[in-house]
Amino acid sequence: MAVIGNFIGTTGENTIESAPSLEMHEAEVTFQAVVDPYARADVFLSASPDGLEIEEGFLTLTSLPGGLLAKVGKMKEQFGKANTMHAHTLPWVDVPIVMKNFLGGEEGLNDSGVSVSKLLLNPLFFLEATGEVYEGTSGPFQTHERNDVSWLGRLRGYRDITESTNLDVGFSFTRGHNDAGLDTTTRLFGVDATFRYRPLRRAIYRRFMGRTELMWSRRGQDIGDVSAFGMYASADYQFARRWFAGVRFDHSDRAYDANLVDQGPSFILTYWPSEFSQIRGQYRHTKYAEGVTSNEALFQFLFSIGAHGAHVF
Amino acid sequence: MKIRTLGAAFVAVLLASANAFAAIKVVTTTEDLESIAREVGGDKISVESLAKGYQDPHFVEAKPSFILKLHSADLLILVGRELEIGWLPPLINQARNDRIQPNGDRYLDASQTAKILEIPNGQITRAMGDVHPSGNPHYWLGPDNGRRIAQLIQKKLSEISPPDAAYFAQRYADFDRRLAEAEKRWQAAMAPYKGVKVVTYHRSWPNFTEAFGLDVIGYVEPKPGIPPSPSHTLELIQEMKRQQVKVIMIEPYFDRKTPDAIARETGAQVIVLAPSVGGEKGVTDYFKLFDYDVNLVVSAIKQTGAK
Repeated sequence: MAVIGNFIGTTGENTIESAPSLEMHEAEVTFQAVVDPYARADVFLSASPDGLEIEEGFLTLTSLPGGLLAKVGKMKEQFGKANTMHAHTLPWVDVPIVMKNFLGGEEGLNDSGVSVSKLLLNPLFFLEATGEVYEGTSGPFQTHERNDVSWLGRLRGYRDITESTNLDVGFSFTRGHNDAGLDTTTRLFGVDATFRYRPLRRAIYRRFMGRTELMWSRRGQDIGDVSAFGMYASADYQFARRWFAGVRFDHSDRAYDANLVDQGPSFILTYWPSEFSQIRGQYRHTKYAEGVTSNEALFQFLFSIGAHGAHVF
Repeated sequence: MKIRTLGAAFVAVLLASANAFAAIKVVTTTEDLESIAREVGGDKISVESLAKGYQDPHFVEAKPSFILKLHSADLLILVGRELEIGWLPPLINQARNDRIQPNGDRYLDASQTAKILEIPNGQITRAMGDVHPSGNPHYWLGPDNGRRIAQLIQKKLSEISPPDAAYFAQRYADFDRRLAEAEKRWQAAMAPYKGVKVVTYHRSWPNFTEAFGLDVIGYVEPKPGIPPSPSHTLELIQEMKRQQVKVIMIEPYFDRKTPDAIARETGAQVIVLAPSVGGEKGVTDYFKLFDYDVNLVVSAIKQTGAK
């Protein structure tokens, strides 16, 4: 069991998206254990000013035949990269604009369902195919009847280039019903690419990660389909044992009207007192489609107590 | 003639592939375990380590390429004592290999029978730094623990392949004999320097210093896993001057800046030891690991006249 606290402060003006000046944004309580020789369970409860909710709670079947891995429960959908990460593992205080415009904000695509993935063994690289089905109520999706489930497919390839560098590429697709009408659907397609550099001998002092996610949304509305595009590109560099610097550029249409575009850069500085706490500042400059420009400074304190969690890759 | 050569080649290929088919595929987390497994398993196993010897074994990345290795593993051997807690669990979860799951019959925690030092008494808190609650995980640096690990691996391999039990027993006996000889050599080299005071960077060396009678009076890290701080460094320099400590033992994956500064102030010598097989060039097996480290320590003590 572990608890992770996430405290966020925001200064500067923003008339489009309001955020509290100081907020204990979330306390995430984690329970992870082996259920029996065939399965393990992971439960993440999130206590926030909005109340207590199950952020994720799923069973993983680890001993299926045929190289399959199945998950059942409420979980973050395997759409791209940022959508699958918990707030405290992101390299930013906030989430990219494209997640807000296409995937429903910080929560993202996170729903009750079933996920099955398989390793496609080949001598060249790591290749994993994932198929998922969800209730269809998260992010841009909404159900009108029980059959309105959402579907997701993902293909992820990974290869070590050298012992210190690697490339991680994914393609994701999901489709579900939306709130524009009884029979309208939203289809999302995403491509993500991550390049990592971490010299093994200096692994605790230096690392670099460059990542981009491109997303295309096709949203059915009564006037016809709206096609929109959104993306972010980010780079993070660890320049000392405790220090990281990062930059991110956001550009995204709004899913319901591709003529409305939000964009802007962010600059991030992170300090790690130890493996178990983190202090981060972010300067965010956003040009909203409404013609409003906002300049904000965000800061964040993260801390973790309890069991030593593993680091996501 | 040609046909005969072809036929011979065909038979050779068949034999080789039959042999490859029979080999037990072992994956270890570190190169030390890889080396010991190779000593015991010989050509009846194929073995590969996830982490490199020159890498900090606490901070290995859970790369998907490791998932592939674990997926096809017949046996996983890990150091345990929470050394790999930050990276191994997610790899095992995604390996889609039910035998190597914790408590599975192909999951071998090499620390089970090892002599473990620094098991904390009473309550531990994070204010003490990254203290491992089940004891110091760097136990392979005591040669007797190498023997215990080898015995554990011998038992496990014999369980997996009973027809080869005699082979593994004979390989273990041979390893045990060579290790005993080498230990005599290492002990003889270190004997004149019993009780010499040293400083180490991280708490990686308690089994090593205990085996060879060195006295660790302090650490470059103020607390395990916490990088050096100016105030702690000053205190350490004072203490080293007071006790006339002349040797600073560090691992290849730590920054030399602070240890070098301490050495300049105190007239000590910084030696970069191999914390694992593969940690330095030429350290290619478990014997060479101690050959290398003992040799460096002895020459540093001789050069500095440390006491």
